Amino acid sequence: MGMTSPSRRAMRGVSNGILLLIGVCFALPLLWLLLASFDGAATLTLKWPEHWTLGNFGKVLTPTLTFIPLANSLILSLGCAIITVIVAVLAAYPLSRYKMRVNKPFLYGILFGTGLPVTAMMVPVYSLFVAFNLIDSMPGIILFMSATSLPIAIWMMKNFMDSVPIVLEEAAWVDGASMLTTLTRVVVPLMRPGIAVVFIFIFVGAWGNFFVPFVLLLSPELQPAAVSIFAFFGQYGAVVYGQLAAFSLVYSVPVLALYVFTSRVLGGGSALAGAVKG
Amino acid sequence: MSSTVLAKPSPPVEPGAPKAGRKRKGGAGRTLARSAPLIPSMVLLAVFLLAPVVSSFYGSFTDSALTGSAAKGATFIGLQNYFHLFSDPDFLQSIWLTVVFLIGSAIIGQNVLGYGLAMLMQSGNRIIRGVVGTLVVTSWVLPEIVAAFAAYAFFHADGTLDSILRLVGLTGPNWLYSFPMLAVILANIWRGTAFSMLVYTAALADVPEDVQESAAMDGASGVKRLRYITLPMTRRSINTNLMLTTLQTLSAFTIIYVMTGGGPGTKSSTLPILAYQEAFKFSEIGLGTAIATILLLVGAVFSVIYIRALRPEVD
Repeated sequence: MGMTSPSRRAMRGVSNGILLLIGVCFALPLLWLLLASFDGAATLTLKWPEHWTLGNFGKVLTPTLTFIPLANSLILSLGCAIITVIVAVLAAYPLSRYKMRVNKPFLYGILFGTGLPVTAMMVPVYSLFVAFNLIDSMPGIILFMSATSLPIAIWMMKNFMDSVPIVLEEAAWVDGASMLTTLTRVVVPLMRPGIAVVFIFIFVGAWGNFFVPFVLLLSPELQPAAVSIFAFFGQYGAVVYGQLAAFSLVYSVPVLALYVFTSRVLGGGSALAGAVKG
Repeated sequence: MSSTVLAKPSPPVEPGAPKAGRKRKGGAGRTLARSAPLIPSMVLLAVFLLAPVVSSFYGSFTDSALTGSAAKGATFIGLQNYFHLFSDPDFLQSIWLTVVFLIGSAIIGQNVLGYGLAMLMQSGNRIIRGVVGTLVVTSWVLPEIVAAFAAYAFFHADGTLDSILRLVGLTGPNWLYSFPMLAVILANIWRGTAFSMLVYTAALADVPEDVQESAAMDGASGVKRLRYITLPMTRRSINTNLMLTTLQTLSAFTIIYVMTGGGPGTKSSTLPILAYQEAFKFSEIGLGTAIATILLLVGAVFSVIYIRALRPEVD
């Protein structure tokens, strides 16, 4: 409190003003999404709806437009998150608990993998998927998306596991428990919040992924919401902005809810930033 | 930030601690058993990550295509794809656009705005801080495609931005057509700043307040304190975040593809967009793969720099 209070108050006023201005800029595109979805005559411009209606949602909430794509998104994201978490927990255990010669090269490889631009890989990946007849294969794309999420997942999981004290495991070992038993009975229960954070992080990433399913899933009945919404935009987007906005909202709600859950219940916002940054 | 400066994992504890004499004999088998849990991840990474990278390098030396005679069996054509690319004005323009996009939206935009927001948040009113933070983070948490639609509507000639300009008596340009790069850069800043803001908020929280205060007592101005105290003390976070945002931005596809489709013409085709267009629009898989390979190499270089920054945590 070394500063005189008038200048401090002026400073606060200025920073609040700038913050508000930035906030308004960030809010405008989001507000359009919200208002257009309830507007019977939505345009591309942000405006207060003259006729509030739920009609846009009614039109969009049909099996072909919304429910099947959302179910596909769910299968894709759940499959990817489950596989990634299981494989990452397994990999993190020896990396965290044993000093082995493979640790260092493996961790460097993992870090290197987190930096690879996956977008850049999609052309060669497409060729490979064609060669192995995996285009339109749900298991194929789930495994691919798991592999691309693995580096960051292993890295986060190892960090979480490092903070689990080793004392309890020693007790289990003395009792003759195998590595797998120790892992599933002792370590995993102790790091449930960490596992939840990784799971949600991977799930949200897969849910929002557009480019990978856009390239690898060609049949409309297999496509997740991210891709079907783009097709909808291409076909009707120039006419029915209200429906596009409604569709976008329905598709976004699960992700927003998961984020709120993670940051409120798991304190995951900081855990995430902590695991990702250096 | 100290949360991830990892305590070294405790020394290996061996079940039923073997006697020193037996150690050497059981060594190989034990190491194998201990590294067994790594196998599933190694298999997945090898098949779905390493194989595409390797095949990308190989494919960039072939004339593989989606249709026509080359679709059946691709022939080895050496460096021809690369010669072709580097004599193609679209490709050279694309490199330039990618650099502009990286510097504009990641290095300057997201980092400066993210740092600024983190600093303003420190002195801002609690309610304003909460609201602005929520708005910034929401733009980041939204699925990419939804954010892209929202940005499209915002910058469209009939969209929000030009309507606001009209309100104050200005005629806004058709941003997506006349200034496509500016539009996608601003959109990506809007979309991505939250990440930098979160990282810098955590970094600034680690700068001890008394250092700031004693500098203020000694008469250091705000700018001086920023330059000589805050920035140097958060240097590590700045370096890491610069790398991370650069890597994320390097592979940005959806927001550009939805907003401009790389157009008009190829005026906003950054490298990921151009690779997609060459491969899937013009069926030039070989060319697309060559661009992909170049992108991978650039990403690899950034990754290595990033790993060097993180080195203390691995060792």
